[in-house]
Amino acid sequence: MAEPVVQPVLRIEGLTKNFGGLRVTDNVTLDVRPGELHAVIGPNGAGKTTLINQISGQLRADAGKIMFGGEDVTHLSVDKRAERGLARSFQITSILPRFSVLENVALAVQARQGTSFKFFGSAADEGALNKPAMEALDQVGLAARAMIPAGELSHGEKRALELAIALAMEPKLLLLDEPMAGTGHDETERLVTVLRSLKGRFPMVLVEHDMGAVFALADRISVLIYGRILASGTPAEVRADPQVVTAYLGDEME
Amino acid sequence: MSTSLLIVQTLNGLQLGVLLFLIAAGLTLVFGVMDFINLAHGVQYMLGAYLAVMFYGLTGNFLTALVLALGAALVFGLLLEFIVFRHLYDRDHLDQVIATFGIILFLNQGVKILWGASPLSLPMPEALSGSVVLMPGILYPVWRLVIIGSGLGVALLLYVLVNHTRVGMLVRAGASNAAMVSALGVNIRRLFMIVFGFGTMLAGFAGIMIAPILSVEPGMGDTILILAFVVIVIGGIGSIRGAFLAALLVGLVDTLGRSFAVDIMRLFMAPSPARTVGPAIASMLIYLLMAVVLYVRPGGLFPAKGRS
Amino acid sequence: MVDVTATSTPAPPRRGLFSGNALPIAIFVLFALVPFVATFKAETYVLSLVTRVMIFAIAALALDLLIGYGALVSFGHAAFIGLGAYAVGILGSHGVNDALVSLPVALGISGLFALATGIVCLRTKGVYFIMITLAFGQMAFFTASSLAPYGGDDGLTVRMRSTFAGLPIFTNDRALYYICLGFLLAAYLICRSLVASRFGRVYRGARENPQRMASIGFEIYRYQLVAYVIAGMIGGLSGFLLANATDFVSPAYMSWQRSGELLIMVIFGGIGTLSGAIIGAAAFLLTEEWLSGITEHWKVIFGPLLVIVAVFAPGGLLGLANRLRRMIRG
Repeated sequence: MAEPVVQPVLRIEGLTKNFGGLRVTDNVTLDVRPGELHAVIGPNGAGKTTLINQISGQLRADAGKIMFGGEDVTHLSVDKRAERGLARSFQITSILPRFSVLENVALAVQARQGTSFKFFGSAADEGALNKPAMEALDQVGLAARAMIPAGELSHGEKRALELAIALAMEPKLLLLDEPMAGTGHDETERLVTVLRSLKGRFPMVLVEHDMGAVFALADRISVLIYGRILASGTPAEVRADPQVVTAYLGDEME
Repeated sequence: MSTSLLIVQTLNGLQLGVLLFLIAAGLTLVFGVMDFINLAHGVQYMLGAYLAVMFYGLTGNFLTALVLALGAALVFGLLLEFIVFRHLYDRDHLDQVIATFGIILFLNQGVKILWGASPLSLPMPEALSGSVVLMPGILYPVWRLVIIGSGLGVALLLYVLVNHTRVGMLVRAGASNAAMVSALGVNIRRLFMIVFGFGTMLAGFAGIMIAPILSVEPGMGDTILILAFVVIVIGGIGSIRGAFLAALLVGLVDTLGRSFAVDIMRLFMAPSPARTVGPAIASMLIYLLMAVVLYVRPGGLFPAKGRS
Repeated sequence: MVDVTATSTPAPPRRGLFSGNALPIAIFVLFALVPFVATFKAETYVLSLVTRVMIFAIAALALDLLIGYGALVSFGHAAFIGLGAYAVGILGSHGVNDALVSLPVALGISGLFALATGIVCLRTKGVYFIMITLAFGQMAFFTASSLAPYGGDDGLTVRMRSTFAGLPIFTNDRALYYICLGFLLAAYLICRSLVASRFGRVYRGARENPQRMASIGFEIYRYQLVAYVIAGMIGGLSGFLLANATDFVSPAYMSWQRSGELLIMVIFGGIGTLSGAIIGAAAFLLTEEWLSGITEHWKVIFGPLLVIVAVFAPGGLLGLANRLRRMIRG
């Protein structure tokens, strides 16, 4: 009996991006299935962040198509994609440093709840916004730090905040751009635990260098080298693929 | 509208353009390399004129007065840099706006105290004070041609300096990324001083050259300052090439616009409203131009920091 | 890129001088008491001076909303004052004097101008934004200067102050004073509410990190445009009051120098604090008045004063007061 065809949450077809003469994204075709954690790995300079930027809308692709939830979002702005449930965390921490940790997350909740063209009433006191925000903070372990200005968090805590903000968006797809970047061993462990607890709730695209985290979490892995997908499949398949081993994993796996 | 009027006004437009370039060049470099908004650049221009008048009164010779005034303007500019501007390089643009605005107030009043509020004049050198026949029926003042010529000469000099000398290369690099230049070990303070001093002299030179034609009075720098900012925004901040093209463009659009606005309006409406609407549109033309340019290219024509 | 707030913005209102409310309360109480003090001295002079302070404070509040909370440095804010004033002047010259007509017209025209120009300006950032707001301000200025039937360069006398439903309540200087105070209070409260509201939070977030706000799903442009229109309308209100207070309307109300002075008022007081805008307007205008009484060459003193404030007191007067308070506390 044929397997039922599952509509991918995200489908990228023939995505191409050039910076001058340099082809940074080379005819990338990729899909992300419901509930899966799909890791994208590759050496530095492979174009992973550029790919994420094109999916989230920060960069416009030169060619190709991006289908999100069955809808063609290739020409939509960043905020329109976010409205549709495309959330991302940034490789270089991007938060509101002078706002409290709670407000950072509450704003993400606010974006999805009612209109923000309300000119009266104190937004910071709205229980309907703060409660879901606290829940998201709880999930990443930052609940105790809710009232502190976000700029005063440690690096690892900021990475967790990025995740909390993305969670508060009730995402239909979560793009994680190197969430473990620069975190120490304990923080990394914590993030891996959090991500594992989120698995299945919504699909995730994880760009990471930390191979331990990748193989612990990923359902499928795509390997990006010089902007091209070299291999794509389950962790076992990718590990065994001779091309991948030669090109990339050889040193990492030692 | 006659061809001779068109030619004369085109030349006038070029002259204004060249003048604007002299002022805008210094402004765009200071802004581009040092990220410093210098509203006081206009009073530098005014000071050049006043110093020339003063030295002319002392020496009776235009050329000597020119040289002395340039030197004095440079000294004064460097003094300003040392006393005030140096403390503001790392600060908000808003703080720079306040400080330089304060300097405008101070100097506009200062020249009033020293030289009085009435307009002064500076006679041009005898030999260059006449008019020359360019074409049959077109008489054009020699001095305006001198301005155009010297302006183009300065532009050429700047081109050579910026594109073919080491200092020029540092300046171009600094306009693109000052922090990087500093990190490479270049004495950024000295570079700033050179850029600033040069810009000051250019502005002063413009003031001296225009003095024989316009009247020298307090506040003469204010209008030209706004025009200069419009020029550097259209041209792209930090780009001398942009400043040159934009200055000529602005000079021509403004001059030709003012001369022919009423005539052009008369194509669309009766003479009487045309006489009101014409001048109003003429004064707005360069701002409309800037708005259009910024709408199409939010970074100006040649942004030094690259297209975003 | 221009970063207009980084080093010099003091803490958000709640952590400012005194508690969040003591300072504004003190300010408004002071304003309310002035007419009583003035009975002993040159009443008309003091009343007209402080009325003008309050009127410009209203415009400064609107500007602080833009530059302090939105990092939108507008160098053409005086245009809105001028538009509001000209609404009164032009309607008045046609015999229409009632505030029930001229005030909505003033607000409407400044709002429309803000909308039309904001659509263009907000496509730019940093110094380009500053310049394009300047450009539009200049356009308004030159248009007003060319309105020959309404005085052109020389301006227009407002022969009769606004009435309200037929009642000449603006005519009495004291009454006008308290009306202006009322509007100042209203403007202050509106701005404060705006800043703390849902809208305000998105707007402030956009200043802090536009990339982050977009990635959460906010189209920043719309919020900035709304803020720009609101600020423009408050500026128009200020102009409406100014025409009544000075009985005169002139293109000079919209000059770039005026726009520059408004910026200085806000910076003087301390941007991003609202109270600072009021204090800054008062400090600027009162200092100007005091110094010009001493010498006709007062700008020679005022200029360097501005320089000193810029160099030594980032964060304006409120920032300075905060630092002193911290120093005293040890």
